[in-house]
Amino acid sequence: MDALVQLDGVSKSFGAATAVHSLDLSFATGKTTALIGPSGCGKSTLLRLIVGLLQPNTGQVKFRDAAVTSENISQLRRGIGYVIQDGGLFPHLTARDNVLLMARQLGRPEDECRMRVEELCALTRFPLDALQRYPVELSGGQRQRVSLMRALALAPELLLLDEPLGALDPLVRAALQKDLKLIFQQLQQTAILVTHDLAEAAYLSDHIVLLNDGRVVQQGTLADLRDRPASAFVSEFLRAQRSLTLT
Amino acid sequence: MTLYGIPLLLALVSTSIAADPVIVASKRFTESYVLAEIATRSLRTDGLPAEHRQGMGGTIILWEALRTGQIGVYAEYTGTIAEEILKDPELVSPDAIRAELLKSGVGMSGELGFNNTYALVMRRELAERLGIRRISDLRQHPQLKFGLTHEFLNRRDGWAPLSARYGLATSEIRGIDHGIGYEALRSGATDIKDAYSTDAKIAEHDLVALEDDLHFFPQYKAVFLYRLSLPPDGVSALRRLEGTLDEGRMIRLNAEAERTKDYSRAADLYFTGATDGATRHTPEPLSHKLLRWTARHLQLAGISLLLAVVVGVPLGILASRGGAFGHTILAVTGVVQTIPSLALLALLVPLPFFGISARTAIAALFLYGLLPIVRNTASGLQDIAQPIRESAIALGLTPAARLRKIYLPMASRTILAGIKTSAVINVGTATLAALIGAGGLGEPIISGLNLNDHATILQGAIPAAVLALLVQWSFDLLDRLLIPKGLRI
Repeated sequence: MDALVQLDGVSKSFGAATAVHSLDLSFATGKTTALIGPSGCGKSTLLRLIVGLLQPNTGQVKFRDAAVTSENISQLRRGIGYVIQDGGLFPHLTARDNVLLMARQLGRPEDECRMRVEELCALTRFPLDALQRYPVELSGGQRQRVSLMRALALAPELLLLDEPLGALDPLVRAALQKDLKLIFQQLQQTAILVTHDLAEAAYLSDHIVLLNDGRVVQQGTLADLRDRPASAFVSEFLRAQRSLTLT
Repeated sequence: MTLYGIPLLLALVSTSIAADPVIVASKRFTESYVLAEIATRSLRTDGLPAEHRQGMGGTIILWEALRTGQIGVYAEYTGTIAEEILKDPELVSPDAIRAELLKSGVGMSGELGFNNTYALVMRRELAERLGIRRISDLRQHPQLKFGLTHEFLNRRDGWAPLSARYGLATSEIRGIDHGIGYEALRSGATDIKDAYSTDAKIAEHDLVALEDDLHFFPQYKAVFLYRLSLPPDGVSALRRLEGTLDEGRMIRLNAEAERTKDYSRAADLYFTGATDGATRHTPEPLSHKLLRWTARHLQLAGISLLLAVVVGVPLGILASRGGAFGHTILAVTGVVQTIPSLALLALLVPLPFFGISARTAIAALFLYGLLPIVRNTASGLQDIAQPIRESAIALGLTPAARLRKIYLPMASRTILAGIKTSAVINVGTATLAALIGAGGLGEPIISGLNLNDHATILQGAIPAAVLALLVQWSFDLLDRLLIPKGLRI
């Protein structure tokens, strides 16, 4: 099984606080990995290190076995889709223009762009007639669908999702979870999902990485974590999540 | 790269103004306007192209302009030359003065005839009531209120040595514009002011000039100063005027200029003796003048605004990145804004590239327009939320594309608001350009102030106010065109 992204001894600190401790991790091609853990465990920092919004203090981020450098980062980013919690849509552009911004920037022909948008609308179940709307005119769920379309527009090798459903109400969230799962399967998409919700992680991903205090506590499937917890923290985290879902 | 455009633009402006003709300049009072107009006509009669640049400022500004060759001719008084320009009160003989002026490349004509000395004037009725005839009589009346021109207050032969010589102690001295000073005298707001002895207003307002019983004021014989590079024809055209103006005639010419609110009428009177309209000079119709002033005003405000946008937006982008450099940019543009506009003009005039020209006015307006644009550009960009920035970076947009496609459009509302502020400031401040002879709607305002003529002031003030409103309004329209729809919902 070959790794699309690999972290070799990556650490990152902000001033005196260390967010990530000398971490080794690899993310398999075609699989969805969930990074999970309590707030401040370093899961979002990890994602930002991968997309190059942050530079590691030590160690290396490798993409297809090549180190990510300041020279190749712009190029690499075009192969990475990035979705954040509130969408990060550009308010002065319509949904369509948000989705096609990068494709047009790269000089893709308008015909191709139009077809791509239609494909993406079908894939993310976004209404075609809402493409002319501006972000403020869309609901929270619609905005996340547009953000997802924008991230997928150039058919990226890697999709990064940072709490993509965190700000949505439960019904919208459930619908989007279902759609996301279908999209991942359909595209055989390599994806890294950051979430604090164990049920969402289990539902959407093939592989779960549990982080605490900037370190990997345990990784595997939900069953691995449940049946063979590596430490008291794992059982505690699982128990707390379960009681939350029950109430 | 945008910076290279500025000298080019300024050069374009200046070529439309700077010219071959002999520039005859005048100070900001009636007699100076009239003498300059007469000199202009005399030069033209001898076939020399000449242009009268009206009311360009006080002695020092005109002297500097003459010395540096920005103007060719202006009328001056011997006392002023000795006291203010050469700073040597001992210089009295014309030959001695002429020899000193030669060192600055300036020539002096012979005396035109009259002696326009300074005088202290007051209402006849008040003078008679208090029994005041001579300046030394003022010692008995320290309660009288003085309203003196700023120039007189600061001259070496002005108020300070005068009051010392006469031993005058007075409770209240105010600095006031010459034209407005007469109004203050009439209304009783002030009791005494400085005036020129040939001033037509002395008779008009029923004032008396107090006798200079200690012979404090030097002789102020009118002469023309000119660049030595003036062609011989020009010199002879000026010298022809020597000895042709006695005091009575000068007072009549000044009175004619003030009566008709038109300096060129006084020149008509000088050349033809006629006072009716049937002379060789037809006054420019008001609509013409308004058009000319407004066009010039828009040119000054427009070019300076354009420069401020071209320079201010990139500076704002740099400033938005923070750091020592960004703070310096904001601090420097902020300091410029605190310099009073008149002072800024005065500071620019002596600089080599600027001088008495539209260039100087545009440069000053440009500097004023800079701060709102720089500050709004910087804060508009800084206000863009971090998630938006990170999304733009993560998409793989290059820094230039991020700025062009995302950041600048998102900050457009704030940037445009800054440009609008600058535009309104520029349209208002451009009236001051007339002080250095750059024209615009300030021209009628300033000559109206000198004539104490409200109608003339309004000819400039009303269009300037209307212009400011139009600018505001057109920017509101521009908002709709330039601010992306997504930001306006």
